Amino acid sequence: MSPDTLLLAAVFLPLASGPLIAITGASPNLRETVTVIAGVITFGFVLCISNLVNDGVQPAVTLMELVPGLSLQLKVEPLGMIFSLIASGLWIATSIYSVGYMRGHGESNQTRYYFFFAVAITAALGVAYAGNLLTLFVFYEVLTLSTYPLVTHERTEEAMRGGRVYMGILISTSVAFLLWAVIWTYHLAGTLDFVDGGILAGRADVPTLTFLLALFAFGTGKAALMPFHRWLPAAMVAPTPVSALLHAVAVVKAGVFSVMKIAVYVFGIDTLNSMGLSQWLQYVAGGTILISSLIAMTKDNLKARLAYSTVSQLSYIVLGAALANELGVLGGSLHIVTHAFGKITLFFCAGAIIVGAHKTEISDMRGLGRRMPFTFGAFLLGSLSIIGLPPFAGAWSKWYLLLAALDADQLILVGVLLVSSLLNIAYLLPVAVTGFFAPPEGEEGGLKEAPVACVLPLCFTAASCIILFFYLDPFLALARRIGG
Amino acid sequence: MIEIDVGLINYWVVIFLMMTGFYIVMASRNLIKKMVGLSLFQSSVFIMYITAGKVLGGTAPILTKPGTDYSNPLPHVLILTAIVVGIATTGMGMALIIRINEAYGTVEENEIRSQDAAE
Amino acid sequence: MIDQHLPILLIVVPLMAAPLCILLRRRELSLILAVVVCWACLSMAARLLQRTLSEGVISYHLGGWPPPWGIEYRVDPVNAFVLLLVAFIGAIVILYAPCSVNAELPEIRTSLFYTAYLLCFTGLMGMTVTGDAFNVFVFLEISSLSTYALIGMGKDRRALTASYRYLVMGTVGATFFVIGLGLMYMKTGTLNMADLARLLPQEMHTRTILAAFAFITVGLSLKLALFPLHVWLPNAYAYAPSIVTAFIAATATKVSVYVFLRFYFTIFGADFAFNNLHIDMFLVPLGLAGIFVASLVAVFQSNIKRMLAYSSVAQVGYMMVGVGLFSVTGLTATLIHLFNHAVMKGALFLAVGCFTLRLGGCELADLRGAGRRMPVTTTAFIFGGLSLIGVPLTVGFVSKWYLVLAALERGWWPVAVLVLLGSLIAVAYIWRVVEAAYFQKPDNEREISEAPLSMLIPTWLLIGATLYFGFTASFTGGVAQRGAEILMGIGS
Repeated sequence: MSPDTLLLAAVFLPLASGPLIAITGASPNLRETVTVIAGVITFGFVLCISNLVNDGVQPAVTLMELVPGLSLQLKVEPLGMIFSLIASGLWIATSIYSVGYMRGHGESNQTRYYFFFAVAITAALGVAYAGNLLTLFVFYEVLTLSTYPLVTHERTEEAMRGGRVYMGILISTSVAFLLWAVIWTYHLAGTLDFVDGGILAGRADVPTLTFLLALFAFGTGKAALMPFHRWLPAAMVAPTPVSALLHAVAVVKAGVFSVMKIAVYVFGIDTLNSMGLSQWLQYVAGGTILISSLIAMTKDNLKARLAYSTVSQLSYIVLGAALANELGVLGGSLHIVTHAFGKITLFFCAGAIIVGAHKTEISDMRGLGRRMPFTFGAFLLGSLSIIGLPPFAGAWSKWYLLLAALDADQLILVGVLLVSSLLNIAYLLPVAVTGFFAPPEGEEGGLKEAPVACVLPLCFTAASCIILFFYLDPFLALARRIGG
Repeated sequence: MIEIDVGLINYWVVIFLMMTGFYIVMASRNLIKKMVGLSLFQSSVFIMYITAGKVLGGTAPILTKPGTDYSNPLPHVLILTAIVVGIATTGMGMALIIRINEAYGTVEENEIRSQDAAE
Repeated sequence: MIDQHLPILLIVVPLMAAPLCILLRRRELSLILAVVVCWACLSMAARLLQRTLSEGVISYHLGGWPPPWGIEYRVDPVNAFVLLLVAFIGAIVILYAPCSVNAELPEIRTSLFYTAYLLCFTGLMGMTVTGDAFNVFVFLEISSLSTYALIGMGKDRRALTASYRYLVMGTVGATFFVIGLGLMYMKTGTLNMADLARLLPQEMHTRTILAAFAFITVGLSLKLALFPLHVWLPNAYAYAPSIVTAFIAATATKVSVYVFLRFYFTIFGADFAFNNLHIDMFLVPLGLAGIFVASLVAVFQSNIKRMLAYSSVAQVGYMMVGVGLFSVTGLTATLIHLFNHAVMKGALFLAVGCFTLRLGGCELADLRGAGRRMPVTTTAFIFGGLSLIGVPLTVGFVSKWYLVLAALERGWWPVAVLVLLGSLIAVAYIWRVVEAAYFQKPDNEREISEAPLSMLIPTWLLIGATLYFGFTASFTGGVAQRGAEILMGIGS
């Protein structure tokens, strides 16, 4: 296959599997086989593309003219490569996990669930490979819409309310701010292509560009910068695999990825830095990191706690972009990877606890670790990676972010990062500690884990957190090449 | 003060008719009276067109010898069309009023509204 | 031979077919005739657009009398585009007729329905194709009168009062329009549009022409339902038979907007309207007020048809803002939104017709659980709704793109913000339907089947157009931009 067809195939294969999933809906085994196979092939394609990128090839496809003069365009660059590897790789794990979870939990309408999941993956890959800002916006919106049916999968009153917040915030911010910013950029620069060094340099004065950056930063509501973060906890009404892949990896990472990509390829790191455009964003991100960590500590519901933890961790990546130096971009993009593995593990565990023990509140999980050692063991590993202790993957990205903050002489932010790690310990470790060491309520049962299809993926992702500490080079190599 | 030009008396007539018709359309609560007002309103426009085409002392444009004054025939033709339209509108409106009367048993707007509100 | 007479054939064919429909009496025959005529007109309109894009302006002299003495039909890319739009909607919507009309109208009225439909179609085509100002009035009344009849055919008795109200307001609007024409005629002695455009500049600052301008503006604003002259529209759309609503919502106001553009830009001239009278200071605020007020009112409607009707008023607001921005991009936004809104609103009303047929009504409460009972129709409705919101890959997005770009080009960023905020209100009213259809339980346990294919196919054809022209706006955007340049007097 030529590089360009490979690119098309990678993006649209999940979408193409959608109708197949719908057709095979009558037979669950067949349907789930289709999902997993589609995931494996997609990941294979993405790997092939990453080999090409390592060889210096840049596949690019122009799809169609959306409005005269502006086309839907796919183009691979290192940052997008990182995101696409994560999204497609973890789709396989999530698909297997979904099989265990959805069956174990007795969910209805599973065909619809797998269908929209596949659509969402196409949208996420589209965001990753977007060749210009318009394409990014288009797939960003498709991602919002295709995940709505997943978030509201239960069709209950509560799901409806959660969905309202989800759609309300994501659509409002993207239409009112992001679209405005995109059109404004087009008006100022005359182009929307992603170019190394940015397209806005010298096109407008400092106040205008600062305002534009604010529109972009808050407009990508998926990046969950405060005060537009409410949708993420609201989205936790979704089945856990959705929370795991979409609200720890694909959707939220699409948000921060967009912020990063806009910072690097629309504004340009040098422009941001020399004009001091993003200083305020550093503080907003720092504030979000601390405040949401504090909120996370107050949550007893495990998924809610993880959601606020995600809000906090996402701002690390925004911070990386806002620091606007090479180390910041490096740290931020690596954090996309390391946080993805850590957080998906935690969500997988939360789901496994729901399926295996029907518990959602942390205070109810006393002693549960003895019955579910694998799950809680994985939870511990995931927590440590998020906290950023070596030898876990999370250590690297935090390390680089710290260096970046030092490099920018932002001692306050160095402090923020350190305090935040302490807060991470304070809200993540108690879960595992409660599970393993607190005396269990009632009778002591034997080993009672969630279905194998649930436990296997979470063990895999937990192990990855360690493996990636030693074997981060491929991602590091890609991250070093961001921005030319 | 606007000076009333006697030579423009025809336009004052037009404006008077127009405003009378328009007022009836707006103020009357009876559907049939509204149609009367509407017809009046339209008629005023017919007069406006026709008087605009009239030349004092002009005849019909059947030219017997060169140099005769004649009135512009085009407005007449236009207004013939407009009259047809006006009749069609009145007819349509009356037909609707008949059906409204069948359905509601009244042609008073207030009563129709209260019946609708009661539903 | 036929190629040469296309402009008049577009009018004559449906006009002759209309009385034939009554004479045929059998409703199947009338239906077949109407379908054939509409599709023939569609192909003729397509050919006309193709010709005018390659050859430029086509001037057709009725009866061989040269303008300005005779009546001239004048086709340029602007009105060829609108002709194609009207013919396209007319041809698609008529396919929907067999089931819908038989279900909603008594049998004796079905032939009359096709007659009125074709007459309305003729009137709209005529308003668009003609190059003679008085002729516009005549066709305007043909379309209006047949529309009153069509609306009055609604099942609910409120259709009659709605139709009556529309008749009164429509006639007042048309009469205002004709007063304006008369005043212009007094000053120039001509009614041919091109001739008027040539002669008016010398008379521009006389009070007569100013009065004419005012009368025409108000008269047309009434017909195109510019806020606050829209009061006739919601009830008329809400109580008319489903198919009628779909057809007039997609075409009638659009053609009026076209006539408005024609008078402003071709006849009075952009310079007069915008640089001297600053009409933009009037259009943009009214357009924005329409967007907000009508959208907000739409959120609180319990009847879906009424909700969409208010949304139509809001969409007219978008078009008028585009005109008011007074630039090529702004006019492109208006022209492309003419097409885009017609396609999506037509599709939405057709979907509502499917709901009405199967669920017995189109109140929000009737739609509870529709997502499970009528998945195909509901999906269509949602796609249409997304387009109304302006989600990318639908036509609504393309319109919004141009409009916001035009506002930013003009430097009026608050207008851009308001346009975007206005479209967010659409999320609120569309989402009420989504939530009713998917999250709420139906009141009864009746077995409900999906709408018949003859209704689903036209609905999905329009949804297909909504998506197709949203995926690639090269054609619509290209033609709209060409039209905008012509109206602005740039290029040919």
